[in-house]
Amino acid sequence: MVDWFRRTKKGLLGTEKKVIPDGLWIKCPNCSEYLYKRELDRNYWICTQCQYHFRISSDEYIKMLIDAEYEEFNRKIQSNDPLKFKDSKRYSDRLKNAKAKTGKYDAVVTVEGDLSKHRIVLCVMEFKFIGGSMGSVVGEKISRAIDRAREKKLPLIIVSSSGGARMQEGVLSLMQMAKTSAKLSQFHEEGGLYISILTDPTTGGTTASFAMLGDIIIAEPGALIGFAGPRVIKQTIGKDLPEGFQRSEFLMDKGFVDIICGRSELKRLVTRLLDFFIEND
Amino acid sequence: MTKLTFDFEKPIFALEQKIEEMRELSSVNGIDLDDEIRKLDEKLRKLVKKTYSNLNRWQRVQLARHPERPYTNDYLEKICTDFIEIHGDRNFADDKSIITGFATIDKHKVVIIGHQKGKNTKDNLYRNFGMPHPEGYRKALRAMKLAEKFHKPVVSIIDTPGAYPGIGAEERGQAEAIAKNLFEMSRLKTPILIVIIGEGASGGALGIGVGDRFVLLENTWFSVISPEGCASILYRDAGKANIAAESMKVTARDLQDLGIADEIIQEPDGGAHRNPDETARVLKESILRNIDELSAIPIDELILLRNEKYSKMGSWDEA
Repeated sequence: MVDWFRRTKKGLLGTEKKVIPDGLWIKCPNCSEYLYKRELDRNYWICTQCQYHFRISSDEYIKMLIDAEYEEFNRKIQSNDPLKFKDSKRYSDRLKNAKAKTGKYDAVVTVEGDLSKHRIVLCVMEFKFIGGSMGSVVGEKISRAIDRAREKKLPLIIVSSSGGARMQEGVLSLMQMAKTSAKLSQFHEEGGLYISILTDPTTGGTTASFAMLGDIIIAEPGALIGFAGPRVIKQTIGKDLPEGFQRSEFLMDKGFVDIICGRSELKRLVTRLLDFFIEND
Repeated sequence: MTKLTFDFEKPIFALEQKIEEMRELSSVNGIDLDDEIRKLDEKLRKLVKKTYSNLNRWQRVQLARHPERPYTNDYLEKICTDFIEIHGDRNFADDKSIITGFATIDKHKVVIIGHQKGKNTKDNLYRNFGMPHPEGYRKALRAMKLAEKFHKPVVSIIDTPGAYPGIGAEERGQAEAIAKNLFEMSRLKTPILIVIIGEGASGGALGIGVGDRFVLLENTWFSVISPEGCASILYRDAGKANIAAESMKVTARDLQDLGIADEIIQEPDGGAHRNPDETARVLKESILRNIDELSAIPIDELILLRNEKYSKMGSWDEA
Protein backbone atom coordinates (compact mmCIF):
# COMPACT_ATOMS: atom_id res chain seq x y z
CA MET A 1 0.00 0.00 0.00
CA VAL A 2 1.36 3.40 -0.95
CA ASP A 3 2.15 5.94 1.73
CA TRP A 4 -0.75 8.19 0.97
CA PHE A 5 -3.26 5.60 2.01
CA ARG A 6 -1.31 4.29 4.95
CA ARG A 7 -3.28 4.30 8.09
CA THR A 8 -1.87 6.99 10.31
CA LYS A 9 -4.29 6.84 13.24
CA LYS A 10 -5.64 3.88 15.02
CA GLY A 11 -9.22 3.36 13.98
CA LEU A 12 -12.04 4.19 16.34
CA LEU A 13 -12.86 0.55 16.64
CA GLY A 14 -9.56 -0.18 18.29
CA THR A 15 -7.41 -3.19 17.65
CA GLU A 16 -9.92 -5.79 18.70
CA LYS A 17 -11.10 -7.89 15.83
CA LYS A 18 -14.82 -7.63 15.33
CA VAL A 19 -16.81 -10.15 13.46
CA ILE A 20 -18.36 -8.35 10.53
CA PRO A 21 -21.04 -10.14 8.54
CA ASP A 22 -19.62 -10.75 5.12
CA GLY A 23 -20.89 -8.51 2.36
CA LEU A 24 -22.82 -6.01 4.47
CA TRP A 25 -20.00 -3.88 5.78
CA ILE A 26 -16.82 -2.72 4.06
CA LYS A 27 -13.70 -1.36 5.67
CA CYS A 28 -12.34 1.87 4.18
CA PRO A 29 -8.73 1.25 3.10
CA ASN A 30 -7.85 4.85 3.94
CA CYS A 31 -9.42 5.58 7.35
CA SER A 32 -10.28 2.01 8.39
CA GLU A 33 -13.83 2.97 9.22
CA TYR A 34 -16.41 0.24 8.68
CA LEU A 35 -19.00 1.41 6.23
CA TYR A 36 -22.44 0.08 5.52
CA LYS A 37 -22.35 -1.22 1.98
CA ARG A 38 -25.77 0.00 0.96
CA GLU A 39 -25.05 3.49 2.19
CA LEU A 40 -21.68 3.44 0.42
CA ASP A 41 -23.43 2.48 -2.78
CA ARG A 42 -25.85 5.39 -2.40
CA ASN A 43 -22.89 7.69 -1.77
CA TYR A 44 -21.13 6.88 -5.11
CA TRP A 45 -18.69 4.60 -3.25
CA ILE A 46 -17.14 7.53 -1.43
CA CYS A 47 -16.25 6.94 2.22
CA THR A 48 -18.63 8.96 4.37
CA GLN A 49 -15.87 9.56 6.92
CA CYS A 50 -12.79 10.52 4.88
CA GLN A 51 -14.04 11.01 1.31
CA TYR A 52 -11.84 8.21 0.04
CA HIS A 53 -13.01 7.20 -3.45
CA PHE A 54 -13.29 3.43 -3.77
CA ARG A 55 -12.46 2.00 -7.16
CA ILE A 56 -15.68 1.26 -9.02
CA SER A 57 -16.51 -0.66 -12.17
CA SER A 58 -17.10 0.65 -15.68
CA ASP A 59 -20.80 -0.20 -15.33
CA GLU A 60 -21.07 2.05 -12.30
CA TYR A 61 -19.52 5.02 -14.13
CA ILE A 62 -21.92 4.51 -17.02
CA LYS A 63 -24.87 4.35 -14.64
CA MET A 64 -23.60 7.45 -12.89
CA LEU A 65 -23.05 9.57 -16.01
CA ILE A 66 -25.65 8.45 -18.55
CA ASP A 67 -29.26 9.60 -18.09
CA ALA A 68 -31.05 6.37 -18.91
CA GLU A 69 -30.58 4.18 -21.94
CA TYR A 70 -27.44 3.86 -23.97
CA GLU A 71 -26.06 1.84 -26.82
CA GLU A 72 -22.89 -0.13 -26.29
CA PHE A 73 -20.93 -0.59 -29.50
CA ASN A 74 -18.06 -2.90 -30.52
CA ARG A 75 -18.70 -4.95 -27.39
CA LYS A 76 -17.37 -8.21 -28.73
CA ILE A 77 -14.02 -7.21 -30.11
CA GLN A 78 -11.56 -9.47 -28.34
CA SER A 79 -7.88 -10.27 -28.20
CA ASN A 80 -6.52 -13.08 -30.36
CA ASP A 81 -3.33 -13.37 -28.33
CA PRO A 82 -1.08 -12.37 -31.25
CA LEU A 83 2.19 -13.31 -29.52
CA LYS A 84 0.88 -16.55 -27.97
CA PHE A 85 2.23 -15.07 -24.77
CA LYS A 86 2.86 -17.07 -21.64
CA ASP A 87 4.39 -16.15 -18.28
CA SER A 88 3.33 -17.93 -15.09
CA LYS A 89 -0.05 -18.21 -16.80
CA ARG A 90 -1.04 -18.23 -20.42
CA TYR A 91 -2.27 -14.85 -21.62
CA SER A 92 -5.24 -16.64 -23.20
CA ASP A 93 -6.14 -17.95 -19.73
CA ARG A 94 -5.74 -14.51 -18.18
CA LEU A 95 -8.15 -13.20 -20.77
CA LYS A 96 -10.62 -15.97 -20.03
CA ASN A 97 -10.45 -15.32 -16.29
CA ALA A 98 -10.82 -11.57 -16.74
CA LYS A 99 -13.82 -12.12 -18.98
CA ALA A 100 -15.43 -14.39 -16.40
CA LYS A 101 -14.70 -11.93 -13.57
CA THR A 102 -15.95 -8.77 -15.29
CA GLY A 103 -18.38 -9.94 -17.93
CA LYS A 104 -16.44 -7.78 -20.41
CA TYR A 105 -14.51 -8.82 -23.48
CA ASP A 106 -11.65 -6.43 -22.70
CA ALA A 107 -10.64 -3.48 -20.53
CA VAL A 108 -12.81 -0.76 -22.01
CA VAL A 109 -16.52 -0.28 -22.59
CA THR A 110 -17.62 2.15 -25.30
CA VAL A 111 -21.14 3.54 -25.40
CA GLU A 112 -23.26 6.27 -26.92
CA GLY A 113 -25.98 7.86 -24.86
CA ASP A 114 -27.30 11.05 -23.29
CA LEU A 115 -25.66 12.89 -20.43
CA SER A 116 -28.07 15.54 -19.11
CA LYS A 117 -29.66 15.47 -22.57
CA HIS A 118 -26.36 15.98 -24.39
CA ARG A 119 -25.69 13.13 -26.78
CA ILE A 120 -22.13 11.87 -26.07
CA VAL A 121 -19.69 9.08 -26.84
CA LEU A 122 -18.35 7.65 -23.60
CA CYS A 123 -15.45 5.23 -23.05
CA VAL A 124 -14.91 3.77 -19.60
CA MET A 125 -11.92 1.62 -18.76
CA GLU A 126 -12.37 -1.45 -16.57
CA PHE A 127 -9.53 -1.77 -14.09
CA LYS A 128 -10.54 -5.27 -13.05
CA PHE A 129 -9.76 -6.52 -16.56
CA ILE A 130 -5.98 -7.19 -16.40
CA GLY A 131 -5.37 -3.93 -14.57
CA GLY A 132 -7.18 -1.89 -17.19
CA SER A 133 -4.18 -2.40 -19.42
CA MET A 134 -4.24 -1.26 -23.03
CA GLY A 135 -3.64 -3.87 -25.69
CA SER A 136 -4.87 -3.97 -29.28
CA VAL A 137 -8.54 -4.26 -28.30
CA VAL A 138 -8.56 -1.27 -25.95
CA GLY A 139 -6.66 0.79 -28.55
CA GLU A 140 -9.01 -0.26 -31.33
CA LYS A 141 -12.20 0.31 -29.36
CA ILE A 142 -11.10 3.74 -28.19
CA SER A 143 -10.02 4.61 -31.73
CA ARG A 144 -13.40 3.60 -33.10
CA ALA A 145 -15.16 5.56 -30.37
CA ILE A 146 -13.15 8.65 -31.31
CA ASP A 147 -14.05 8.12 -34.98
CA ARG A 148 -17.71 7.77 -34.06
CA ALA A 149 -17.63 11.00 -32.05
CA ARG A 150 -15.89 12.73 -34.97
CA GLU A 151 -18.29 11.44 -37.63
CA LYS A 152 -21.40 12.20 -35.58
CA LYS A 153 -19.96 15.45 -34.24
CA LEU A 154 -20.50 14.40 -30.63
CA PRO A 155 -18.46 15.26 -27.56
CA LEU A 156 -16.15 12.52 -26.32
CA ILE A 157 -15.59 11.54 -22.71
CA ILE A 158 -13.04 8.94 -21.62
CA VAL A 159 -12.89 7.71 -18.02
CA SER A 160 -9.43 6.20 -17.49
CA SER A 161 -8.28 3.66 -14.93
CA SER A 162 -5.31 1.72 -16.18
CA GLY A 163 -1.91 0.39 -15.30
CA GLY A 164 -0.67 1.29 -18.78
CA ALA A 165 0.13 -0.60 -21.97
CA ARG A 166 -0.39 -4.38 -21.84
CA MET A 167 2.90 -6.30 -21.82
CA GLN A 168 1.36 -9.50 -23.17
CA GLU A 169 0.91 -7.93 -26.59
CA GLY A 170 4.38 -6.38 -26.74
CA VAL A 171 4.97 -3.71 -29.36
CA LEU A 172 1.36 -3.94 -30.57
CA SER A 173 0.24 -2.51 -27.23
CA LEU A 174 2.80 0.27 -27.44
CA MET A 175 1.52 1.26 -30.85
CA GLN A 176 -1.99 1.74 -29.48
CA MET A 177 -0.65 4.87 -27.77
CA ALA A 178 0.26 6.30 -31.17
CA LYS A 179 -2.98 5.08 -32.73
CA THR A 180 -5.32 6.63 -30.17
CA SER A 181 -3.31 9.88 -30.09
CA ALA A 182 -3.43 10.11 -33.89
CA LYS A 183 -7.21 9.64 -33.78
CA LEU A 184 -7.50 12.37 -31.17
CA SER A 185 -5.48 14.77 -33.26
CA GLN A 186 -7.88 14.20 -36.17
CA PHE A 187 -10.82 14.71 -33.80
CA HIS A 188 -9.21 17.88 -32.48
CA GLU A 189 -8.68 19.28 -35.98
CA GLU A 190 -12.35 18.90 -36.72
CA GLY A 191 -13.29 20.79 -33.58
CA GLY A 192 -14.44 17.92 -31.34
CA LEU A 193 -14.65 18.38 -27.57
CA TYR A 194 -12.80 15.77 -25.50
CA ILE A 195 -13.12 15.58 -21.73
CA SER A 196 -10.65 13.22 -20.06
CA ILE A 197 -11.53 11.95 -16.59
CA LEU A 198 -8.70 10.37 -14.61
CA THR A 199 -9.49 7.93 -11.83
CA ASP A 200 -7.36 5.79 -9.55
CA PRO A 201 -5.01 4.64 -10.99
CA THR A 202 -4.04 6.11 -14.36
CA THR A 203 -0.42 5.34 -15.22
CA GLY A 204 2.04 4.36 -17.93
CA GLY A 205 1.13 4.31 -21.58
CA THR A 206 -2.47 5.29 -20.91
CA THR A 207 -1.44 8.52 -19.19
CA ALA A 208 1.21 9.12 -21.86
CA SER A 209 -1.39 9.02 -24.62
CA PHE A 210 -5.12 9.73 -24.64
CA ALA A 211 -5.55 10.37 -20.90
CA MET A 212 -3.33 13.48 -21.00
CA LEU A 213 -4.76 14.80 -24.28
CA GLY A 214 -8.13 16.08 -23.07
CA ASP A 215 -9.27 19.59 -23.90
CA ILE A 216 -10.34 19.45 -20.28
CA ILE A 217 -8.71 17.08 -17.79
CA ILE A 218 -10.67 16.22 -14.65
CA ALA A 219 -9.29 14.01 -11.88
CA GLU A 220 -11.00 12.28 -9.00
CA PRO A 221 -9.51 13.24 -5.61
CA GLY A 222 -6.53 11.20 -4.44
CA ALA A 223 -6.13 9.23 -7.67
CA LEU A 224 -2.67 7.93 -8.55
CA ILE A 225 -1.72 9.53 -11.86
CA GLY A 226 1.69 9.33 -13.48
CA PHE A 227 3.92 7.89 -16.13
CA ALA A 228 6.36 5.69 -14.22
CA GLY A 229 4.95 3.70 -11.32
CA PRO A 230 5.96 4.81 -7.81
CA ARG A 231 7.74 1.52 -7.12
CA VAL A 232 9.96 1.90 -10.19
CA ILE A 233 10.81 5.50 -9.31
CA LYS A 234 11.63 4.56 -5.76
CA GLN A 235 13.91 1.77 -6.98
CA THR A 236 15.60 4.07 -9.49
CA ILE A 237 16.34 6.98 -7.17
CA GLY A 238 16.79 4.90 -4.01
CA LYS A 239 14.83 7.35 -1.89
CA ASP A 240 11.36 7.55 -0.42
CA LEU A 241 8.88 9.54 -2.44
CA PRO A 242 7.42 12.79 -1.09
CA GLU A 243 3.96 12.63 0.46
CA GLY A 244 1.14 12.99 -2.02
CA PHE A 245 3.51 12.40 -4.95
CA GLN A 246 1.67 11.50 -8.18
CA ARG A 247 -1.75 12.08 -6.64
CA SER A 248 -4.43 14.22 -8.32
CA GLU A 249 -3.75 17.18 -6.03
CA PHE A 250 -0.02 17.01 -6.84
CA LEU A 251 -0.74 16.96 -10.57
CA MET A 252 -3.06 19.93 -10.34
CA ASP A 253 -0.46 21.79 -8.31
CA LYS A 254 2.14 21.07 -11.01
CA GLY A 255 -0.22 22.21 -13.74
CA PHE A 256 -1.32 18.99 -15.43
CA VAL A 257 -4.93 18.67 -14.28
CA ASP A 258 -7.64 21.29 -14.81
CA ILE A 259 -10.14 20.36 -12.14
CA ILE A 260 -10.34 17.93 -9.24
CA CYS A 261 -13.88 16.79 -8.76
CA GLY A 262 -15.43 14.38 -6.29
CA ARG A 263 -17.50 11.62 -7.79
CA SER A 264 -20.77 12.89 -6.33
CA GLU A 265 -20.31 16.18 -8.22
CA LEU A 266 -18.88 14.69 -11.41
CA LYS A 267 -22.02 14.54 -13.53
CA ARG A 268 -22.98 18.06 -12.54
CA LEU A 269 -19.53 19.37 -13.53
CA VAL A 270 -19.51 17.55 -16.87
CA THR A 271 -23.01 18.86 -17.56
CA ARG A 272 -21.86 22.45 -16.92
CA LEU A 273 -18.91 21.91 -19.27
CA LEU A 274 -21.11 20.43 -21.99
CA ASP A 275 -23.62 23.27 -21.52
CA PHE A 276 -20.77 25.74 -21.95
CA PHE A 277 -19.15 24.20 -25.01
CA ILE A 278 -21.98 22.50 -26.90
CA GLU A 279 -24.73 24.50 -28.51
CA ASN A 280 -27.94 22.47 -28.58
CA ASP A 281 -30.37 23.22 -31.39
CA MET B 1 42.85 -6.80 -27.33
CA THR B 2 40.64 -5.96 -24.37
CA LYS B 3 37.16 -6.01 -25.69
CA LEU B 4 33.84 -6.62 -24.10
CA THR B 5 32.61 -9.96 -25.30
CA PHE B 6 29.35 -11.76 -24.83
CA ASP B 7 29.44 -15.50 -24.30
CA PHE B 8 28.30 -16.18 -27.81
CA GLU B 9 31.18 -14.06 -29.16
CA LYS B 10 33.94 -15.87 -27.29
CA PRO B 11 34.87 -18.43 -29.99
CA ILE B 12 35.23 -15.54 -32.44
CA PHE B 13 37.60 -13.64 -30.21
CA ALA B 14 39.61 -16.77 -29.51
CA LEU B 15 40.08 -17.27 -33.22
CA GLU B 16 40.91 -13.61 -33.80
CA GLN B 17 43.54 -13.83 -31.11
CA LYS B 18 45.06 -16.90 -32.70
CA ILE B 19 45.31 -15.18 -36.07
CA GLU B 20 46.92 -12.18 -34.43
CA GLU B 21 49.48 -14.39 -32.72
CA MET B 22 50.34 -16.15 -35.96
CA ARG B 23 50.82 -12.83 -37.71
CA GLU B 24 53.16 -11.72 -34.98
CA LEU B 25 55.02 -15.00 -35.06
CA SER B 26 55.42 -14.78 -38.79
CA SER B 27 56.73 -11.22 -38.77
CA VAL B 28 59.05 -11.68 -35.77
CA ASN B 29 60.55 -14.98 -36.85
CA GLY B 30 60.22 -14.55 -40.59
CA ILE B 31 58.27 -17.79 -40.95
CA ASP B 32 55.87 -17.91 -43.85
CA LEU B 33 52.45 -18.64 -42.35
CA ASP B 34 50.41 -16.91 -45.06
CA ASP B 35 48.57 -20.05 -46.07
CA GLU B 36 47.58 -20.91 -42.52
CA ILE B 37 46.55 -17.36 -41.81
CA ARG B 38 44.46 -17.22 -44.95
CA LYS B 39 42.72 -20.45 -43.96
CA LEU B 40 42.03 -19.14 -40.48
CA ASP B 41 40.75 -15.85 -41.87
CA GLU B 42 38.30 -17.73 -44.00
CA LYS B 43 37.29 -19.83 -41.01
CA LEU B 44 36.79 -16.64 -38.98
CA ARG B 45 34.63 -15.08 -41.66
CA LYS B 46 32.38 -18.13 -41.72
CA LEU B 47 32.22 -18.31 -37.93
CA VAL B 48 31.24 -14.65 -37.65
CA LYS B 49 28.53 -15.06 -40.24
CA LYS B 50 27.21 -18.20 -38.64
CA THR B 51 27.28 -16.83 -35.08
CA TYR B 52 25.55 -13.55 -35.77
CA SER B 53 22.93 -14.90 -38.12
CA ASN B 54 21.74 -17.43 -35.54
CA LEU B 55 21.32 -15.24 -32.49
CA ASN B 56 18.35 -15.71 -30.23
CA ARG B 57 16.28 -12.75 -29.16
CA TRP B 58 18.08 -12.10 -25.90
CA GLN B 59 21.46 -12.16 -27.69
CA ARG B 60 20.11 -9.57 -30.14
CA VAL B 61 19.03 -7.41 -27.20
CA GLN B 62 22.57 -7.65 -25.84
CA LEU B 63 24.05 -6.79 -29.20
CA ALA B 64 21.71 -3.79 -29.50
CA ARG B 65 23.22 -2.56 -26.22
CA HIS B 66 26.83 -3.36 -27.07
CA PRO B 67 28.89 -0.54 -25.52
CA GLU B 68 30.92 -0.20 -28.69
CA ARG B 69 27.86 0.04 -30.89
CA PRO B 70 27.70 3.40 -32.68
CA TYR B 71 25.32 5.95 -31.16
CA THR B 72 23.39 8.79 -32.75
CA ASN B 73 26.28 11.26 -32.78
CA ASP B 74 28.67 8.65 -34.27
CA TYR B 75 26.37 8.24 -37.23
CA LEU B 76 25.82 11.99 -37.59
CA GLU B 77 29.58 12.47 -37.73
CA LYS B 78 29.91 9.87 -40.46
CA ILE B 79 26.84 10.78 -42.49
CA CYS B 80 26.40 14.56 -42.30
CA THR B 81 28.39 17.11 -44.25
CA ASP B 82 27.15 19.67 -41.74
CA PHE B 83 25.26 19.45 -38.46
CA ILE B 84 24.16 22.43 -36.38
CA GLU B 85 22.96 21.31 -32.97
CA ILE B 86 20.32 23.32 -31.14
CA HIS B 87 19.63 23.17 -27.43
CA GLY B 88 16.85 23.51 -24.90
CA ASP B 89 13.06 23.42 -24.78
CA ARG B 90 12.75 27.20 -24.20
CA ASN B 91 10.94 26.37 -21.00
CA PHE B 92 13.05 24.64 -18.44
CA ALA B 93 16.32 23.08 -19.57
CA ASP B 94 18.40 21.39 -22.21
CA ASP B 95 18.00 17.63 -22.04
CA LYS B 96 21.28 16.02 -23.07
CA SER B 97 19.75 12.61 -23.66
CA ILE B 98 18.06 13.89 -26.81
CA ILE B 99 19.99 15.80 -29.44
CA THR B 100 18.30 17.97 -32.04
CA GLY B 101 19.67 19.94 -34.95
CA PHE B 102 19.87 20.76 -38.61
CA ALA B 103 21.74 18.31 -40.78
CA THR B 104 23.00 18.52 -44.33
CA ILE B 105 23.49 15.08 -45.87
CA ASP B 106 24.96 15.50 -49.36
CA LYS B 107 22.37 17.76 -51.00
CA HIS B 108 19.61 16.95 -48.52
CA LYS B 109 18.62 19.11 -45.60
CA VAL B 110 16.86 17.38 -42.73
CA VAL B 111 16.01 18.08 -39.11
CA ILE B 112 17.45 15.43 -36.82
CA ILE B 113 16.11 14.40 -33.43
CA GLY B 114 17.64 11.46 -31.63
CA HIS B 115 18.34 9.80 -28.32
CA GLN B 116 21.94 10.05 -27.24
CA LYS B 117 23.73 7.61 -24.95
CA GLY B 118 27.21 8.08 -23.50
CA LYS B 119 30.37 6.18 -24.36
CA ASN B 120 31.66 5.84 -20.79
CA THR B 121 30.44 6.38 -17.26
CA LYS B 122 31.15 10.10 -17.20
CA ASP B 123 29.61 10.63 -20.61
CA ASN B 124 26.66 8.48 -19.63
CA LEU B 125 25.99 10.54 -16.53
CA TYR B 126 26.00 13.62 -18.76
CA ARG B 127 23.62 11.93 -21.21
CA ASN B 128 21.54 10.33 -18.44
CA PHE B 129 22.07 6.95 -20.15
CA GLY B 130 19.87 8.09 -23.01
CA MET B 131 16.83 8.39 -20.74
CA PRO B 132 15.00 11.65 -21.41
CA HIS B 133 13.11 13.96 -19.09
CA PRO B 134 10.06 15.89 -20.37
CA GLU B 135 12.35 18.67 -21.62
CA GLY B 136 13.88 16.25 -24.11
CA TYR B 137 10.52 15.53 -25.70
CA ARG B 138 9.61 19.21 -25.70
CA LYS B 139 12.94 20.17 -27.29
CA ALA B 140 12.33 17.52 -29.95
CA LEU B 141 8.86 18.92 -30.62
CA ARG B 142 10.30 22.42 -30.98
CA ALA B 143 12.77 21.15 -33.58
CA MET B 144 9.98 19.29 -35.39
CA LYS B 145 7.84 22.43 -35.52
CA LEU B 146 10.77 24.22 -37.13
CA ALA B 147 11.02 21.41 -39.64
CA GLU B 148 7.33 21.80 -40.44
CA LYS B 149 7.58 25.56 -40.78
CA PHE B 150 10.54 25.41 -43.16
CA HIS B 151 9.44 22.28 -45.04
CA LYS B 152 12.31 20.05 -44.00
CA PRO B 153 11.86 16.34 -43.42
CA VAL B 154 12.43 14.97 -39.91
CA VAL B 155 14.69 12.01 -39.23
CA SER B 156 14.19 10.61 -35.72
CA ILE B 157 16.87 8.28 -34.39
CA ILE B 158 15.78 5.96 -31.57
CA ASP B 159 18.13 4.47 -28.98
CA THR B 160 16.84 4.53 -25.41
CA PRO B 161 16.20 2.16 -22.53
CA GLY B 162 13.13 4.31 -21.74
CA ALA B 163 12.05 7.68 -20.39
CA TYR B 164 13.63 8.51 -17.03
CA PRO B 165 11.54 7.42 -14.03
CA GLY B 166 12.30 10.17 -11.51
CA ILE B 167 10.61 12.75 -9.31
CA GLY B 168 11.47 15.76 -11.49
CA ALA B 169 10.36 13.95 -14.62
CA GLU B 170 6.94 13.28 -13.10
CA GLU B 171 6.65 16.80 -11.65
CA ARG B 172 7.26 18.31 -15.04
CA GLY B 173 4.84 16.03 -16.86
CA GLN B 174 6.66 13.12 -18.48
CA ALA B 175 3.33 11.62 -19.55
CA GLU B 176 2.02 14.90 -20.94
CA ALA B 177 5.22 15.55 -22.87
CA ILE B 178 5.14 12.11 -24.52
CA ALA B 179 1.39 12.24 -25.22
CA LYS B 180 1.74 15.68 -26.80
CA ASN B 181 4.46 14.41 -29.13
CA LEU B 182 2.37 11.44 -30.26
CA PHE B 183 -0.48 13.83 -30.93
CA GLU B 184 1.65 16.37 -32.81
CA MET B 185 3.80 13.89 -34.75
CA SER B 186 0.71 12.16 -36.13
CA ARG B 187 -0.22 15.34 -37.98
CA LEU B 188 3.08 17.16 -38.48
CA LYS B 189 3.00 18.54 -42.01
CA THR B 190 6.37 17.24 -43.12
CA PRO B 191 7.75 13.74 -43.76
CA ILE B 192 8.97 11.87 -40.67
CA LEU B 193 11.33 8.93 -40.89
CA ILE B 194 11.90 6.81 -37.77
CA VAL B 195 15.18 4.92 -37.54
CA ILE B 196 15.93 2.46 -34.72
CA ILE B 197 19.70 2.11 -34.25
CA GLY B 198 19.85 0.31 -30.89
CA GLU B 199 17.11 -0.19 -28.36
CA GLY B 200 13.67 1.29 -27.94
CA ALA B 201 11.53 0.79 -24.86
CA SER B 202 8.06 2.05 -24.11
CA GLY B 203 6.73 5.58 -24.33
CA GLY B 204 10.27 6.83 -23.91
CA ALA B 205 11.08 5.56 -27.40
CA LEU B 206 7.68 6.19 -28.95
CA GLY B 207 7.75 9.81 -27.70
CA ILE B 208 9.92 10.65 -30.70
CA GLY B 209 8.86 7.59 -32.68
CA VAL B 210 5.70 8.34 -34.66
CA GLY B 211 6.13 8.84 -38.39
CA ASP B 212 5.65 7.74 -41.98
CA ARG B 213 8.19 4.94 -42.12
CA PHE B 214 9.69 2.76 -39.44
CA VAL B 215 13.17 1.49 -40.30
CA LEU B 216 15.29 -0.69 -38.03
CA LEU B 217 18.89 -1.76 -38.10
CA GLU B 218 19.08 -5.54 -38.00
CA ASN B 219 20.39 -5.98 -34.45
CA THR B 220 17.89 -3.83 -32.60
CA TRP B 221 14.86 -4.32 -30.39
CA PHE B 222 11.77 -2.25 -29.78
CA SER B 223 8.90 -3.02 -27.43
CA VAL B 224 6.38 -1.88 -24.86
CA ILE B 225 8.82 -2.37 -21.98
CA SER B 226 12.39 -3.62 -21.59
CA PRO B 227 12.78 -7.39 -21.21
CA GLU B 228 14.09 -6.77 -17.66
CA GLY B 229 11.09 -4.61 -16.78
CA CYS B 230 8.68 -7.19 -18.13
CA ALA B 231 10.49 -10.01 -16.33
CA SER B 232 10.48 -8.22 -12.99
CA ILE B 233 6.75 -7.56 -13.21
CA LEU B 234 5.44 -10.77 -14.76
CA TYR B 235 8.02 -13.26 -13.51
CA ARG B 236 9.02 -11.29 -10.40
CA ASP B 237 12.64 -11.81 -11.45
CA ALA B 238 14.56 -9.41 -13.70
CA GLY B 239 17.01 -12.25 -14.31
CA LYS B 240 14.42 -13.88 -16.53
CA ALA B 241 14.81 -11.10 -19.10
CA ASN B 242 15.89 -13.65 -21.69
CA ILE B 243 12.52 -15.40 -21.39
CA ALA B 244 10.68 -12.08 -21.50
CA ALA B 245 12.55 -11.09 -24.68
CA GLU B 246 11.43 -14.33 -26.30
CA SER B 247 7.82 -13.98 -25.13
CA MET B 248 7.40 -10.34 -26.10
CA LYS B 249 9.01 -10.88 -29.53
CA VAL B 250 11.10 -7.75 -29.43
CA THR B 251 13.57 -7.93 -32.33
CA ALA B 252 13.60 -6.12 -35.65
CA ARG B 253 12.57 -9.32 -37.45
CA ASP B 254 9.65 -9.81 -35.05
CA LEU B 255 8.48 -6.28 -35.76
CA GLN B 256 8.54 -7.07 -39.44
CA ASP B 257 6.43 -10.18 -38.85
CA LEU B 258 3.99 -8.14 -36.75
CA GLY B 259 3.55 -5.60 -39.52
CA ILE B 260 5.19 -2.74 -37.62
CA ALA B 261 8.55 -2.47 -39.39
CA ASP B 262 8.70 -1.10 -42.92
CA GLU B 263 12.32 -1.93 -43.57
CA ILE B 264 15.23 -3.71 -41.92
CA ILE B 265 18.72 -2.55 -42.72
CA GLN B 266 21.16 -5.43 -42.78
CA GLU B 267 24.24 -4.76 -40.67
CA PRO B 268 27.76 -5.86 -41.62
CA ASP B 269 28.69 -9.36 -40.40
CA GLY B 270 29.12 -9.32 -36.65
CA GLY B 271 26.98 -6.25 -36.10
CA ALA B 272 27.28 -2.47 -36.37
CA HIS B 273 30.09 -2.22 -33.81
CA ARG B 274 32.40 -4.42 -35.88
CA ASN B 275 32.15 -2.10 -38.85
CA PRO B 276 30.69 1.33 -38.02
CA ASP B 277 31.72 2.88 -41.35
CA GLU B 278 29.88 0.30 -43.40
CA THR B 279 26.86 0.53 -41.09
CA ALA B 280 26.81 4.32 -41.50
CA ARG B 281 26.98 3.88 -45.27
CA VAL B 282 23.97 1.56 -45.50
CA LEU B 283 22.08 3.68 -42.96
CA LYS B 284 22.70 6.81 -45.01
CA GLU B 285 21.56 5.07 -48.17
CA SER B 286 18.31 4.07 -46.49
CA ILE B 287 17.68 7.50 -44.95
CA LEU B 288 18.16 9.35 -48.22
CA ARG B 289 16.12 6.88 -50.26
CA ASN B 290 13.22 6.98 -47.79
CA ILE B 291 13.32 10.76 -47.45
CA ASP B 292 13.27 11.13 -51.23
CA GLU B 293 10.31 8.78 -51.57
CA LEU B 294 8.35 10.44 -48.76
CA SER B 295 9.09 13.95 -50.02
CA ALA B 296 7.55 13.04 -53.38
CA ILE B 297 4.14 12.42 -51.78
CA PRO B 298 1.84 15.47 -51.49
CA ILE B 299 1.74 16.42 -47.82
CA ASP B 300 -2.02 16.03 -47.26
CA GLU B 301 -1.88 12.56 -48.75
CA LEU B 302 1.16 11.71 -46.65
CA ILE B 303 -0.67 12.60 -43.44
CA LEU B 304 -3.68 10.55 -44.54
CA LEU B 305 -1.38 7.60 -45.18
CA ARG B 306 0.32 8.12 -41.82
CA ASN B 307 -3.00 8.03 -40.01
CA GLU B 308 -4.12 4.97 -41.93
CA LYS B 309 -0.88 3.21 -41.07
CA TYR B 310 -1.46 3.63 -37.33
CA SER B 311 -5.17 2.92 -37.67
CA LYS B 312 -4.38 -0.61 -38.80
CA MET B 313 -1.92 -1.47 -36.04
CA GLY B 314 -2.86 -4.19 -33.60
CA SER B 315 -4.41 -7.62 -33.75
CA TRP B 316 -7.90 -8.63 -32.61
CA ASP B 317 -10.89 -10.82 -33.39
CA GLU B 318 -14.35 -9.55 -34.02
CA ALA B 319 -17.29 -11.80 -33.23
